[in-house]
Amino acid sequence: MDIATFFQQLTNALSLGSLYALIAIGYTMVYGILRLINFAHGDVFMLGAYFAFYAITAFAMPWGVAFIVAIGLTGVFGMGLERLAYRPLRDSPKISVMISAIGASFLIENVGIVLFGGRPKSFPSIALFDTVVRFGSISMLSVSLFIPVITVVILGILLWIVNKTKTGLAMRAVSTDLDAARLMAIDVNRTISLTFGIGSILAGIGGIMWTMKYPQLNPLMGIMPGLKCFIAAVIGGIGNIQGAVLGGFLLGFIEIMIVAFLPELTGYRDAFAFVLLIVVLLAKPDGLLGKNQTVKV
Amino acid sequence: MIRTESVYMRFGGLTAVADLNIDIRKNEIVGLIGPNGAGKTTAFNAITGVYKPTEGRILFKGTDVTGAKPHKITDLGIARTFQNIRLWKDMNVLENVLVACHLRMNVGVIASTLHTPKYLAKEKHARELAMELLDSVGLADQAGEAATSLPYGKQRRLEIVRALATEPSLLLLDEPAAGMNPQESLELMEFISSIRDRYDLTILLIEHHMQVVMGVCSRMYVLDYGVTIAHGTPDEIRNDPKVIEAYLGVD
Amino acid sequence: MKRNTILTIIALAIFAAAILLADSTLGRFTVRILNLSGIYIILALSLNLLNGFTGLFSLGHAGFMAVGAYVSALLTMSPAQKEMNFFLAPIVTVLRDVQLPFPLALIAAGAVAGLVAVIIGVPALRLRDDYLAIATLGFAEIIRVLITNAQTLTNGAQGLKGITKYSTTTVVWICAILAVIFMLALVRSSYGRTMKAVRDDEIAAEAMGVNVFKVKSTSFFISSFMAGIGGALLGHLITTIDPKMFTLMLTFNILLIVVLGGNGSITGSVLGALIVTILMEALRFLDMPMNILFIKTEGLPGLRMVIFSILLMAVVLYRQRGLMGNKEFSWDGFFGLFSRKDKAAKGGRA
Repeated sequence: MDIATFFQQLTNALSLGSLYALIAIGYTMVYGILRLINFAHGDVFMLGAYFAFYAITAFAMPWGVAFIVAIGLTGVFGMGLERLAYRPLRDSPKISVMISAIGASFLIENVGIVLFGGRPKSFPSIALFDTVVRFGSISMLSVSLFIPVITVVILGILLWIVNKTKTGLAMRAVSTDLDAARLMAIDVNRTISLTFGIGSILAGIGGIMWTMKYPQLNPLMGIMPGLKCFIAAVIGGIGNIQGAVLGGFLLGFIEIMIVAFLPELTGYRDAFAFVLLIVVLLAKPDGLLGKNQTVKV
Repeated sequence: MIRTESVYMRFGGLTAVADLNIDIRKNEIVGLIGPNGAGKTTAFNAITGVYKPTEGRILFKGTDVTGAKPHKITDLGIARTFQNIRLWKDMNVLENVLVACHLRMNVGVIASTLHTPKYLAKEKHARELAMELLDSVGLADQAGEAATSLPYGKQRRLEIVRALATEPSLLLLDEPAAGMNPQESLELMEFISSIRDRYDLTILLIEHHMQVVMGVCSRMYVLDYGVTIAHGTPDEIRNDPKVIEAYLGVD
Repeated sequence: MKRNTILTIIALAIFAAAILLADSTLGRFTVRILNLSGIYIILALSLNLLNGFTGLFSLGHAGFMAVGAYVSALLTMSPAQKEMNFFLAPIVTVLRDVQLPFPLALIAAGAVAGLVAVIIGVPALRLRDDYLAIATLGFAEIIRVLITNAQTLTNGAQGLKGITKYSTTTVVWICAILAVIFMLALVRSSYGRTMKAVRDDEIAAEAMGVNVFKVKSTSFFISSFMAGIGGALLGHLITTIDPKMFTLMLTFNILLIVVLGGNGSITGSVLGALIVTILMEALRFLDMPMNILFIKTEGLPGLRMVIFSILLMAVVLYRQRGLMGNKEFSWDGFFGLFSRKDKAAKGGRA
């Protein structure tokens, strides 16, 4: 492998890692606050892409407007999902909530198949993102450069919200101790709703960028990225935003590099994430950046 | 019977138990007292294997049991109750006791499922033992009721019965009198000394109201912020200035 | 007591006669649904053992079913059949020459699935509840990827065709009844009680001398053994298998049955399996092109699964206990149902 190919793969890994990171944040925030695996998060990601697709094709919006509308809709959808599928079960056993999450995921996927059709659709080409950029002998789509930049910007905004605003403070309080937060007059429902909204917005952005890079949409496109990003969040230490980012990039790099350097393993690509998950969980059950938790007796 | 040698229990930067040295002889009833958050339950958890001590050794009947798994420790003959009652909520009173009997039944999954004659005999014996134990605390009539539907005091007694069903030689009771009125507490303490005699037990019990256990314990250890600040007979403890200081304003 | 025993014997006799007559009296479509129901009973019971009785939330069932289906298919096929299937790359010689009678292959299917589960379980069962769900799902996915890629062992993505149809009504239902009896015996035994204790409060169970890890592993092994048997029977019923059959969707169907019937109820799993399998086939028309009142609709593939997803969520949101809660069928309860109605009716008249 020459140096040009290596850099080519490096940019690929960087943009895939960025996408994983964005989606993983949604998992980690929801888990941090509700101790719930939002199985439907990958499907929210899928919806983001479809919303953008229909905004452009059916409503003839310019792409900038379409993206904003789609991202907004995804956020609202995430809040609605929490309201309908998770809030009624807040005091129920964990298994029930997980089953509800799985049900929601299958529901969204199958409603997607009914409404959008099972056949893949291709995303309209947008010149700004579809240009081929060349650096010497390396050539890549401009979107691969945009993705990491956009991710860094979004990450900055998110960390500012979580660490510097009152809403962020409420989020951190609820995730530390939900009942205590309620006693401190924090509107827990609103905070949880906002967390879902923000997580879903990130998934929406991720979904749109994903389809720019891999311009095929289908209603089941969220399953695999969804699972992998949950794994990324667990690897990084679930509940920890920096951890999710680390896990996302780690997973993106490992996946791209193994396929690049060991092409005979390409068929096993989707299994890497799971193998990595199991290795990390065994070695460091709370993830790379997670806090050690002791069970109270 | 049980001896802890310089046991330390640390969580991150917090030392919950420091340099714990207790030594209990057979058939003693010993109290572990101290204000809330003094590290009493943590000490129990270290002895019963829920936590592995950061430092130190725990010897039970002369064998080192430091860091052994909880079920192993129960098998060796240490049983416990929980401060925040932990009965199995989807089982009835009798079943709660029967699960604890399983340890001494010595039947595997295959014999159990096939209902072999040997298994059936053991199951019959376990049921008899369980009913006998329930009868001794006046719970026999409620054997078929859901464990968590019992009133609080009875739930505590059921927890003791459940622990006894594992046929222990050392019984650890975590605030058995919590939530009881003085009269009930007194009866409970009488019950505790009666089971000591009937089942040839050694008992270590946690309590944060000193008065409750004064009558029943032959010796006491007083913990405050994880440190053992005093130990001795109830009379010695009552007059110990350090104990008075620790408890001042508490009780 | 005696009345109930007699009733049970009569019910079983009627049931046995019905099963024996089914093949010759019922249409092929009905027999297929009947047999699918039997297989789903085994699968639902196996998932219920983990989910309902031991409190372990596993999403790996499709993986263990795949293992069972492939093991039994490969062990029963003749060398000639295998040669026909493996046209892309020849099968490894060891496997080519082995051919076992069906009952042995079926047991091997369960045993290998159980063995895989134990290997997986040793690390995974130490994980907390929701991590276990993801880890088992991951393992199922890994198993699927391995099957897809192990061309010389499994024929990869092409799958296996022409598997002998050993899953007759009698075979399927004997297995289903054995599964029910086995589960009843296990759950009501002393060992079964320790499983429930682990489910209700692990820390208390451990403190009462229950070897929690061993109980979990045993439960995981038994459950996967049954899943392997169920997978094998499924393969021998539809006679073709490929890796795409064994996705999360399949696990989802079984989960739906368990939740609908009632987590922790054997009767519930049996009822749930019957209801879901029949609905699954009865609602198949939804996915096909329709012609209602002269309005032609195109087929809406996915609509059927929409209904099942809504059903699952409705049960979890509005009736978490499912049909049966954690109760079981008993003749006394059965007659109680009627006498209560009688009393109500009499009360109404008076």
